[in-house]
Amino acid sequence: MSKTNMTRRGVLKTGAIAGAGVALPTIFTASSAAAYTNEPTGSSVTLGFNVPQTGPYADEGADELRAYQLAVEHLNGEGDGGMMNTFSSKELQGNGILGKKVEFVTGDTQTKSDAARASAKSMIEKDGAVMITGGSSSGVAIAVQGLCQEAGVIFMAGLTHSNDTTGKDKKANGFRHFFNGYMSGAALAPVLQNLYGSDRNAYHLTADYTWGWTQEESIKAATEALGWNTVNAVKTPLAATDFSSYIAPVLNSGADVLVLNHYGGNMVNSLTNAVQFGLRDKVVNGKNFEIVVPLYSRLMAKGAGENVKGIHGSTNWHWSLQDDASKAFVKSFGTKYGFPPSQAAHTVYCQTLLYADAATRAGTFNPCGIAEALEGFEFDGLGNGPTLYRAEDHQCFKDVLVVRGKENPTSEFDLLEVVEVTPAAQVTYAPDHPMFAGGALGECNPGA
Amino acid sequence: MLGLNKKDTSLMILVAVLALCAPFILNPFPEGSAMAQFNAGYPDLMQRFVIFGIFAIGFNILFGLTGYLSFGHAAFLGVGSYSVVWMYKLLNYNILPGLVLSVLTAGLFALLIGYVSLRRSGIYFSILTLAFAQMSFNLAYSVLTPITNGETGLQVYTNDAQIFLGDGPTSPHLFGIVMNKSADLNIGAWEFTFNNGYYFCAIVMLVMFYLSIRIFRSPFGMMLRAIKSNQTRLNYTGLNPRPYALAAFVISGMYAGLAGGLMASMDPLAGAERMQWTASGEVVLMTILGGTGTLIGPVLGAGFIKYFENIFSKINDTILHQWFAFLPDGLENFMVFIVHPFIGKGWHLTLGILFMLVVIFLPGGLVEGGQRLKRAFGGKDAGKDKPDASTEPAE
Amino acid sequence: MDAIILQILNGLDKGSAYALIALGLTLIFGTLGVVNFAHGALFMIGAFCAVTLSKILNLSFETVDASQTDFLGNPLKVKTPYVMEWFGPETGAAIIDWSVPLAILFSIPIMVAFGFIMERGLIKHFYKREHADQILVTFGLAIVLQEVVKYFFGANPIPTGAPDVFKGSFDFGVMLGFDPNAIIYPYWRLVYFGFSALVIGGVFAFLQFTTFGMVVRAGMADRETVGLLGINIDRRFTIMFGIAAAVAGVAGVMYAPINSPNYHMGMDFLVLSFVVVVVGGMGSLPGAVLAGFLLGILESFASMNFVKELIPGIDQIIIYVVAIIILLTRPRGLMGRKGVMEE
Repeated sequence: MSKTNMTRRGVLKTGAIAGAGVALPTIFTASSAAAYTNEPTGSSVTLGFNVPQTGPYADEGADELRAYQLAVEHLNGEGDGGMMNTFSSKELQGNGILGKKVEFVTGDTQTKSDAARASAKSMIEKDGAVMITGGSSSGVAIAVQGLCQEAGVIFMAGLTHSNDTTGKDKKANGFRHFFNGYMSGAALAPVLQNLYGSDRNAYHLTADYTWGWTQEESIKAATEALGWNTVNAVKTPLAATDFSSYIAPVLNSGADVLVLNHYGGNMVNSLTNAVQFGLRDKVVNGKNFEIVVPLYSRLMAKGAGENVKGIHGSTNWHWSLQDDASKAFVKSFGTKYGFPPSQAAHTVYCQTLLYADAATRAGTFNPCGIAEALEGFEFDGLGNGPTLYRAEDHQCFKDVLVVRGKENPTSEFDLLEVVEVTPAAQVTYAPDHPMFAGGALGECNPGA
Repeated sequence: MLGLNKKDTSLMILVAVLALCAPFILNPFPEGSAMAQFNAGYPDLMQRFVIFGIFAIGFNILFGLTGYLSFGHAAFLGVGSYSVVWMYKLLNYNILPGLVLSVLTAGLFALLIGYVSLRRSGIYFSILTLAFAQMSFNLAYSVLTPITNGETGLQVYTNDAQIFLGDGPTSPHLFGIVMNKSADLNIGAWEFTFNNGYYFCAIVMLVMFYLSIRIFRSPFGMMLRAIKSNQTRLNYTGLNPRPYALAAFVISGMYAGLAGGLMASMDPLAGAERMQWTASGEVVLMTILGGTGTLIGPVLGAGFIKYFENIFSKINDTILHQWFAFLPDGLENFMVFIVHPFIGKGWHLTLGILFMLVVIFLPGGLVEGGQRLKRAFGGKDAGKDKPDASTEPAE
Repeated sequence: MDAIILQILNGLDKGSAYALIALGLTLIFGTLGVVNFAHGALFMIGAFCAVTLSKILNLSFETVDASQTDFLGNPLKVKTPYVMEWFGPETGAAIIDWSVPLAILFSIPIMVAFGFIMERGLIKHFYKREHADQILVTFGLAIVLQEVVKYFFGANPIPTGAPDVFKGSFDFGVMLGFDPNAIIYPYWRLVYFGFSALVIGGVFAFLQFTTFGMVVRAGMADRETVGLLGINIDRRFTIMFGIAAAVAGVAGVMYAPINSPNYHMGMDFLVLSFVVVVVGGMGSLPGAVLAGFLLGILESFASMNFVKELIPGIDQIIIYVVAIIILLTRPRGLMGRKGVMEE
């Protein structure tokens, strides 16, 4: 009953009772008395898990929440410890973070920038959260990242794939573990070359908003470098549910590969429509017609059902990986919930652990201390092989998986198979790469 | 007082007291108690209450008085927000130029859209306004990205011009009063937060509320009511109702623009979703829910919806288990199981059910609920209040 | 030329979905005078009838296959649907394969019953209330319905395929003398178009040639007089509501293979279907159908590449641009009747 999520307030409360006792407004403090925003002074620390709980990405958000709860358990020394046992940094002891018990609050981003910021603000202002994490789209990630920069808390991005999150819109208080559009392109291109040759004509359908554009740009650049020709790149409205009028002309355009720069519901529908039109049974320019979905998500692939079979794409992580860390995570998650985790669940679990570890190594929850501990941090044992949190743009560099829709799934989770693990070196780019140019990290902001 | 009659004066005073004491009223539960989850007295939500209150008050001037149901008012909200952020980007973080611009641009947009849309009435009018707003939203999200920054939302970058920035604050402020600064007051186990931004919004809201009372009581307001009750008869008297309706449309558009501007003044980001039909629909729901055509209703409706959105969506199973921890284990789990679908990701469900309950049992909206309570508990005094001018629907 | 024929096909296909939804919506508008914001939800429920039936047919028992392992390394539990056990693997598979067409039979009684309950239990009490109240209550209902569906089926789309014989696409081009692959169109979409034409024709024939339909049409024109003639118009209106719900429902069932159903698909169609109805003109059934096809075809044309190059972003706003132009040139939409919902 007395358990509370409101650490900072809780302490203020006890302080107020002890000191003033009653009635008189003896303590009239400016909010900025602490060293940094929401400095935890009690026996616990509050993290804010801000995920889509309503709207089209609600299932992905729910999976993120499951992973967060698992991470909190592990940090507090409950459960089997999951990837804490395989993580190369051994600072985390299972006694919370810096000896403080980890507590959390949850909120609904609704996959809208406004709602996501409102929810994050309430976590910061009302619940005293010292770190915000989560999300399932780039627009939201960038909006919340900006807010966290202003408020002086750390933002550990969830699922966000746009180049802008750690490019044009990068912020000193924001960190991304997930991969991005450029990496998808760099990882996919060689595989596509092996499979389909270097003389191909690609037709892009692209969701008409910033994430779609950055991915289209990335994939185009990577495939054109192979010698592929881009026949056309057509923008489709975000609100489109039926893609027939965009897919119908593809076959006549002379293209023999269709690239779908869509995510979520858009991806499910455009892929379903493309298969309906029988594109995959056609032969164009003497070659089999192929479809590529650069950003795959198993949860979304499920929505497209049989249509994903044999279609290639890239993903951040997949539960069928056989390294110790991935196995430990799948076991831990699967035992608790009865099904394997999604890539969204994996990335947010890693982000929580990485934050906790950075706080422990820095010896403080001060965002500037944590940022310093994360910048340039090299680690292993979180399922993606050796990984670098690059200091220049707060982007993680790690292996990228190229996957294919499985022909004969053995269960409802067994939809994708890993075709190739593209090594980190191959997807690494210079911090001032033109696709990422235009922004600046700025100074870390401890707030208050 | 101030040209208001006695009833209106007392209503105005009531609203002023409520608005200025909101940090106390909205934080009734001590910090750390299980009920603290229901506290709404933190800056962001308080700001949202009054900002959406302004939006709904303005909407009510159009819908409540003239009966014209606009389904595109969110467009003005969005335009207001973009105006303010553009002023940040060009000048500096002072909110005043942006707010002035937001009211003007929203007024201009409203004039154009209203002039065209008011050529039709009834549902034809509603769909015209909807069409304009959806066009604005779709374009803002995609093609107009250079102006609106699309999906991400318009925000200030370090390489923006900001020609008057100098050494001034680097977050929204009014001549140096920084909006996101707060002071905390601790009394016993309670903590109250007084936020600059909130008080700025609250004062603006009070001014706007006063203005709306004056409009309701003016000959102009009478004219608008006449449009609602019988436009044909109005035509026969030789009066052309359209200029009046257009004036009401523009005024309510400016209210919306101001609300949008204030949103960007509290939080320097303008997202395209602010213009989506769901946002337009939200203000319609707020107004109907609170009580169409009443003065205070729309504000209540706005508060109601924003409260559920922000408070109920944050309740999760962990919190439920805390609430029911006093029960035996089996019963505790059962209670959590029962309540679970209505909180967290189920907050939409709760809201939907409440919409239906309110409209079924309180045909006049929340205001009618208030009146019934008053009648039930107020005894003699309440009987006298029955023809309450302040809460009487326009029709 | 072939591109234009393709887009006409697309337009007819989209248009048939719009027309079906708008038809039901306008029936309710016209007969009952109720603004039904829950109509999109009825369409969604129809689609989930298909999902539910396919789930029922796929109900399985588990057998342990020790030779394979699941994701936790335990022996894999292989699921076999009961229908396969009962009717043999081939017949069973065929039944599952045909779940969507079967769902039409399954959905009609459900949707009609749903419509009755909705009208008698809720809508009836709102005939005399303001349109604003009707909007609030039906919108609340729509939210409740979609949240209930989300609770049971989750937020992700659920793949619900058409029978195998309808997979793949038909080569129109060859028939018309074009090159192979110039004009191909998926079989199921052609089926959808044919089905819509059938339903629309059926509704019109029903209203035109039956006594029941005649009374309803009379009631749409002048409810009071029909009531004075001693005809129980209320009961007929209840039945009309059931029919409208069923039309929306079967439209949803047949739509399920085109795009995997998800819980908010009704909201996606809601705004659009209102635009269609109003452009068609309030109280006019032919208007709604006409507007549905018109907007569908124009939307398809606007998504052609050369049109998009000419006017960037036109495909995002074409529906609204057309709506504005039509409503400004024709005060009551294409075929609207005077005095319906004009206040």
